[in-house]
Amino acid sequence: MKTYAYFPGCSLEKMAQSYHLSALETTRVLGVELKELEDWNCCGATAYFHVDELLAYTLSARNLAMAEKEKLNLVAPCSGCYKNMYFTREHLLRDPDLAEHINDALAEDNLRFSGSANVQHLLEVFVHEVGLKEIRAKVTNPLKGLRVAPYYGCQILRPRKDHEDIEQPRYFEELVGALGAEPVDYPLRLRCCGGALILTNRVAALSMVRNLLESAVKAGAAVVATACPLCQVNLECYQKQVNKEFGTEFYLPIMYFTQLIGLALGIPPKRLGIGSEFVAVMPAIAEARDADPVPTGK
Amino acid sequence: MNAAPPLEKDVVPDPTPPENGLSFVEEIHNLLHASVGNPISSCIQCGTCAATCPVASGGFMEHTPRRIIALIRAGFKEQVLKANTFWYCASCYQCTVRCPRGIDIAELMYGLKRYTVWKTQYQKGLIGPVFSETFVKMILRTGRSYEPILATTYIFTFGLPEMIQEAQNGTALMLKGRLPLLPPRIKRLENFKRMIRRIIPLGDSE
Repeated sequence: MKTYAYFPGCSLEKMAQSYHLSALETTRVLGVELKELEDWNCCGATAYFHVDELLAYTLSARNLAMAEKEKLNLVAPCSGCYKNMYFTREHLLRDPDLAEHINDALAEDNLRFSGSANVQHLLEVFVHEVGLKEIRAKVTNPLKGLRVAPYYGCQILRPRKDHEDIEQPRYFEELVGALGAEPVDYPLRLRCCGGALILTNRVAALSMVRNLLESAVKAGAAVVATACPLCQVNLECYQKQVNKEFGTEFYLPIMYFTQLIGLALGIPPKRLGIGSEFVAVMPAIAEARDADPVPTGK
Repeated sequence: MNAAPPLEKDVVPDPTPPENGLSFVEEIHNLLHASVGNPISSCIQCGTCAATCPVASGGFMEHTPRRIIALIRAGFKEQVLKANTFWYCASCYQCTVRCPRGIDIAELMYGLKRYTVWKTQYQKGLIGPVFSETFVKMILRTGRSYEPILATTYIFTFGLPEMIQEAQNGTALMLKGRLPLLPPRIKRLENFKRMIRRIIPLGDSE
């Protein structure tokens, strides 16, 4: 069994608890242990980088140093946390003076950063570490006929980490396909959901959410799959406000990819946190299931 | 889509004398000394950043990122610092990855945010700077984020209908068990605070 230091991040404590639950349930079935990093702290989000870079790096470095102490690689389910910790490690490895400065502060908590723990997004763990073949083999309840719009968003892709393809990625679509569902192609799959602008520039963010929902609906998606709690909240919890602002009538379920995996693995919906959403998920799942198995000839 | 408002015809480069003997361009250059991207002097004003930016192309920014770079290079300090552009940047990094000259434009936006926070020279009425400062203080106190504290930074700037919508959303989240009732905090908080003080000396008040 492969073990990771799991950094849930602040959103997964409550707002995105269903992501947390479904991540733990699905990894257990697939032979991956997510060992929650003890006493982790906030990664700094975007706000810390707005105010002080050094402070922002220090916050992420504490988490990295704690993972190193456990001799485990770090995995983050939130794209923002992932990006912050990934690039903090990169910067500190590239700049030994900066690392020394931060290590001086980390000593107050008996920690030291060396860079030995690498950082991955939870979606990468499923796709690259567990592997689609293994996932496909464990699917007991294929999501046949379910049209899923995989939504990458921003920070899981950008900035570019290595030399990977960030303009035409396919791995999310392939994962959806491995679950027996039908991945839907839509133009805005890599476009920003508005992020924290939902709080600081509401109209701009609502219009970005509207564009995304429209793009997915036009392509015939029954649900959207996300890999980030902020994307999920913006796309789901603000649908009502979008409808009010723009006179639209969106009612599109927004699921975490781990919830889809969980359903395909036959895990009961409740254990995947399904039921805490604003836009009900199960009717869309049931509709696809009912529509698919018997070709009626209509 | 709305175009960005035109520049006033009679604006002239900022007459304020350079600070510490540095021109504005040099200040910005220093701000980005640690950035891995190319200097903004290599910008060819192609406009890829403006076209690819979901906020600028929606007509929400006073100046596009392209124009911000042009204004910096022409020394329009006042106009740059008072712009909403960087505070409306959602950090999606589309500009950064597509810039044909390899300039880390999103990082420039971060740099400008920090510059205006340090000097408290941001445009009045923007929620972004207040929100960020509140967020930073909150983490310094507990080590983790707590949404209900953050809400106070923006909800009072809303008009009544938006305020009611936001309150309804908050209540719905609470009913679905998606909002914590008490602020979370890390265990080794004292160590954490000492760690922070090594980076930034804080008074007892924080």
